[in-house]
Amino acid sequence: MESVTIGKSVSELHELLLHKEISSTELTKAYIDRIKSVDPALQAYLTVLEDEALAQAAEVDEKISQGQALKPLEGIPMALKDNMCTEGIRTSCASKMLENFYPPYNATVTERLRAAGTILLGKLNMDEFAMGSSTENSYFAKTRNPWNLECVPGGSSGGSAVAVAGDEAAFTLGSDTGGSIRQPAAFCGVVGMKPTYGAVSRLGLIAFASSLDQIGPFTKTVRDNALVMNAIAGHDPLDSTSVPIEAPDYTKFLVNDIKGLKIGIPREYFGAGIDPEVAKGIQAGIQTLIDLGAEVAECSLPHTEYAIPAYYLIATAEASSNLARYDGVRYGYRADADDVLGMFKKTRAEGFGQEVKRRIMLGTYALSSGYYDAYYLKAQKVRTLIKQDFDKAFEKFDVLLSPTAPTSAFKFGEKSADPLAMYLSDITTVPINLAGIPAISIPAGFVNGLPIGMQLMGKAFGEGSLYRVAYTFEQNTNYHTLKPNLSREVLTGGSR
Amino acid sequence: MSISREDVEYVAALARLELTEQETQEYTEQLNSILGYAAMLEKLDTSDVVPTAHAVPLHNVLREDQVKSSINHDKALKNAPDGEEGFFRVPKISLT
Repeated sequence: MESVTIGKSVSELHELLLHKEISSTELTKAYIDRIKSVDPALQAYLTVLEDEALAQAAEVDEKISQGQALKPLEGIPMALKDNMCTEGIRTSCASKMLENFYPPYNATVTERLRAAGTILLGKLNMDEFAMGSSTENSYFAKTRNPWNLECVPGGSSGGSAVAVAGDEAAFTLGSDTGGSIRQPAAFCGVVGMKPTYGAVSRLGLIAFASSLDQIGPFTKTVRDNALVMNAIAGHDPLDSTSVPIEAPDYTKFLVNDIKGLKIGIPREYFGAGIDPEVAKGIQAGIQTLIDLGAEVAECSLPHTEYAIPAYYLIATAEASSNLARYDGVRYGYRADADDVLGMFKKTRAEGFGQEVKRRIMLGTYALSSGYYDAYYLKAQKVRTLIKQDFDKAFEKFDVLLSPTAPTSAFKFGEKSADPLAMYLSDITTVPINLAGIPAISIPAGFVNGLPIGMQLMGKAFGEGSLYRVAYTFEQNTNYHTLKPNLSREVLTGGSR
Repeated sequence: MSISREDVEYVAALARLELTEQETQEYTEQLNSILGYAAMLEKLDTSDVVPTAHAVPLHNVLREDQVKSSINHDKALKNAPDGEEGFFRVPKISLT
């Protein structure tokens, strides 16, 4: 059954289910088998829910046999990043701190995907508390890039990207605070959308930086991405930052036509630090869009270089506050000590990894008395300037376009020794989170046998324009159809 | 603005983190390197700029105050490292 189903898009699988060519149980079994065969090498999953998934699939099959209508995602096996709460199912954030945390409630996205009839296959690896750009900061596992097992998958949603690229789930969800959906999507050659801040509920998403975090889908195709957004987007009264507007049917933007659409190319995103081969690949993609009738012109987002320091001050300040809750009292890891203050300090020292502690330190410093104005408040003012850059650009353009990441996937250990070097690799993604706007990464070619991503940025709640350009590009290129070689030889050779 | 070892120890105490000698050294170097880079923000004149806390501002999100059911006691306490009779138990709280 594996050969029949593995590698198909959500919409193709839906057709198979609809015409009873396959049952949801068979489909779920095929994915479980696939996970068993490739995941020992790829290590995308932290938890696999074989029995639960098969039970859910049996329910869907029962509905189908009764002749009930099948919703677009019904019976489709998927998986969630391990920072989204799943009731009674371990949600670890890839941290020792939450190694034994079993949430008492579901995240809103978990609820909505359940209501949509999807099958939850398991929970996916990530950088601890979503802090990182390579998934190397996981306490539990080293997720590998399916295109080259010696390379990182990107991060922090590395497991979510790999599960889709390695056909270990039909789709997945990730979260993006500074690029954590788009950069791993680019590194692994899949489609990843970071929606507008407030478009998808954050209830039950374990917080990293609350003014920047946003959940979004990883998929094989642009159509699949729109289908998943249809299921998860929309106002949630339980998240006070969820924007009270009605989510559109995102599939209505999937037209193979961009004639007259205005696309801006911010020159700062092609400057220093961008691998010339990546820039060349994206330039070729731009030419494709021009040939398809887009009106393309260069533009400027002059404050781009300030985005990294502003982002790392704001994100760590918010993180230091959010992560204060891990004190060993109500849930999570606890270290033994004679008094309560000693218990707090030891619990946090032992429960958090190096990068998380580094960010708590940086954030606490930026918020501390005497430095608040110089760092945190200054960063928030710079955030305004960055947002204004985008506002101005969108007066002229419908969509902005850039490489998703400055390079293709890098090797394990290449950047982990130097935190600042790792932070600088986020230059093309963090400004988008500061501005709160949506951006999507789509497969746009290869450099040294590794995928590269094209990033499309839109105005707030302009996901529709992004889907339109992404869909048109996809329909006129074949990058999304190429698959990594995950033969037995490759998988066993790479795990040396 | 450079960060001393004492600054790092002070911040660690604020953040309730017990640091090893090696961590204290490393964080002193790394925070200096990161904040040294962040010093570029000083180049920008932001005296007339209003700070942005949220990109999509929403104000006063209110709802009716209604009594609804919530997570029950047992469920809420299930993940606690230590507890007794419906309470969280912690080591002694010393004020000195």
